[in-house]
Amino acid sequence: MNLFDILGPVMVGPSSSHTAGAVRIGYISGKLLQDHVVKAEILLHGSFATTGVGHGTDKALIAGLLGMRPDDIRIPTSFELAKKNGMEFSFSTVTLKDAHPNTAVLRLTGEHGRKIEVQAASIGGGRILIAKLDGIDVNFSAEKPTLIVHNVDQPGHVAQVTTMLAEKQVNIATLQLYRDKRGGYAVMVIETDQEVPEESVTWLEQLDGIIKVTYINVEE
Amino acid sequence: MSYQSFEQVLQKCHTEEKEFWQVIMEDDMAERNVSLQESMEHMRATWDAMLLAAVTYEGDLKSSSGLVGGDGRRMEEYAHNTCEESLCGEYMDDCIAGALQMGESNACMKRIVAAPTAGACGVLPAVLVPFFQKRCRNTDKILKAMYVAAGIGQIIATRSFISGAAGGCQAEIGSASSMAAGALTYLQGGNCEQIATAAAMAMKNLLGLVCDPVAGLVEVPCVKRNVIGTVNAMACADMAMAGIVSRIPPDQVMDAMKEVGDKMDASLRETALGGLARTEEGVKIAEKMHASQENW
Repeated sequence: MNLFDILGPVMVGPSSSHTAGAVRIGYISGKLLQDHVVKAEILLHGSFATTGVGHGTDKALIAGLLGMRPDDIRIPTSFELAKKNGMEFSFSTVTLKDAHPNTAVLRLTGEHGRKIEVQAASIGGGRILIAKLDGIDVNFSAEKPTLIVHNVDQPGHVAQVTTMLAEKQVNIATLQLYRDKRGGYAVMVIETDQEVPEESVTWLEQLDGIIKVTYINVEE
Repeated sequence: MSYQSFEQVLQKCHTEEKEFWQVIMEDDMAERNVSLQESMEHMRATWDAMLLAAVTYEGDLKSSSGLVGGDGRRMEEYAHNTCEESLCGEYMDDCIAGALQMGESNACMKRIVAAPTAGACGVLPAVLVPFFQKRCRNTDKILKAMYVAAGIGQIIATRSFISGAAGGCQAEIGSASSMAAGALTYLQGGNCEQIATAAAMAMKNLLGLVCDPVAGLVEVPCVKRNVIGTVNAMACADMAMAGIVSRIPPDQVMDAMKEVGDKMDASLRETALGGLARTEEGVKIAEKMHASQENW
């Protein structure tokens, strides 16, 4: 923990896990959609479900989807701002298996029709973990530049991605591989020390067998 | 942080003839790889945010549950308008009001500085802001005191915990009070030993404090617990300045906090399953909250 994890963060209250972390979940989920959110169906699990309203977790998630950071003083008014921006949203509670107590599932639709389902947990001090993407288990914090590649589970895709990164002098910090079944739908999550160039992301998207590429870099 | 104990920090203070704040600041520069100026600027921004939060308190706000709001204003009015002299005196009353106000601002979704947590965000500003306004209008000195506070918080976080879910309220208000006691001792001219002593005594006094929030919200008893953290910090700083020492060394006190927290039943660690949360009134409030939640 660095000094400003102790004196900080500067945030809108009342809770770093239930409010600040929830803003971040909304913010990162919106980035993962890579589109302007027009519809959000949000499910709250565990402590988010039982004490979410009292902690403003619902307002915080919507604020994050609108692009606000945890210290944005407009967070309490996010519902009104969402309506003004034409964002439809709904909340309900859910009981998930083996999920962190502070978990939300966000089903998002973008104005260009992109869709994504994100399951994320607020793990304390405003930090979060993305636990599932479109139903597939993942595990990343989005604190570093993160490249997420969805591909058909077949030989060669990991090599394509890592070769590209090597050519661009991008060092891999962590690399995780997930799939729903052999030969099925696979997801690669790569956290890097340097930024991934935009043209490389575009290049990847056009390769055979690559279904979707998402790149997020949320500098603090 | 590269220090695991008060002992290591104090040793560094002695061998290199440095002040407590300086050792902590240099550690921040090394850890985050920033210059002295960058570190100071970050601290100044943190202080500015704290001061802004303190002076923009709104006494007519209520939390969404309706449980808290307005008490900070009530206390401030009592401190300044009452005909009779209060028991604590005007200066301490201002600190008490400051603690209530920041706790309420947090509950009302205003912007605060977590120190070390949002629930305990009232303690440090409650001792620093009145000191700045009434005793020493020297921002540089306040920033140094904040390094002292942050360093103490880091040692506690390293040896023990700083969240109610992990270690009960002693880990939140106890830590905040310990940080504030050290900061005040520095501001009063105390040396490194006295700073560590004040931090140790403040934690000792709050050891065992449970986290039992009504309806699971950061409101009852959290807002008023910021007051005990504040008053305790001031008393411990004065004791340290008087030359009173802690019979148990600071590091061992923090280790005791860890042990007490580990032994604390889960019902008393932010789960709202014990203590004030399970009183007849606490349960009633929680039921009312949950019924209103159906309005999504």
